[in-house]
Amino acid sequence: MSLRSPLGKVLGRGSAKQGVSHWWMQRVTSIALIPLTLWFAYQVVHLPTANYDEVRAWVASGFTPVWLLLFIGAVAWHSSLGVQVVIEDYIPNKAAKVSALLASTFLHIVVVVAGSYAVLRIAFTTFSAG
Amino acid sequence: MRQRPLSPHIGVYKFAYTMATSIVHRATGVVLSVGLLALAGWLIAAASGPEAYAIAVAILGGAFGQLLLAGWLVAFSYHLFNGLRHLNWDLGRGLEKHEARHSAAIVVVATLLLAGAFIYAAFFAGVPR
Repeated sequence: MSLRSPLGKVLGRGSAKQGVSHWWMQRVTSIALIPLTLWFAYQVVHLPTANYDEVRAWVASGFTPVWLLLFIGAVAWHSSLGVQVVIEDYIPNKAAKVSALLASTFLHIVVVVAGSYAVLRIAFTTFSAG
Repeated sequence: MRQRPLSPHIGVYKFAYTMATSIVHRATGVVLSVGLLALAGWLIAAASGPEAYAIAVAILGGAFGQLLLAGWLVAFSYHLFNGLRHLNWDLGRGLEKHEARHSAAIVVVATLLLAGAFIYAAFFAGVPR
């Protein structure tokens, strides 16, 4: 007889001891990204991207900074999970695999922090009518 | 590395175009991850000042940069529709072979339509670049 509860037995299964959290978060972020990516692509293809002032005015307008921060966070999370699986599948050499996973993790975190800082900096230093 | 016996892999199967739609989902995902770097670079340039932004415009506004942007729009459209196909599978629906072939065709047509609309809006609708 085992003293472990049924829940204790199934939590954290799998070789990475993460249970279904990777699979689940890939789906959660993908659902969040359906409206966020469509919003972003629609905005950017209609934005005069060569014009510095108009781009900054757009970033700072209304609730755009909020959507941009959510977009950057969700994209980076989803991308990090996806790139992780690609690295795990295609790089058999363990040292190279772990190095690539570390590089991907760090790069994604840098993208989130730097991208969010850029959005906030524009939002707080640009004064637009929007 | 230790040589271990391998189970039969892709080479033993007769090619079906649903295989292509599967690997293209991965490929477009990686392409879009690279696009995320460009997105961050673009925002950082816009936050850094007009000189930095002029460099970003010179790179992304050039012929190669515009080709990349068009490619990201196509990759996004495909990854979006094929991702919806995956979410539908996750609900346990559409997993039969004939259903998977049917949904693959829908994904390709929807991708061409959405990517075409985005590329038209971005490059041919008269938005100044």
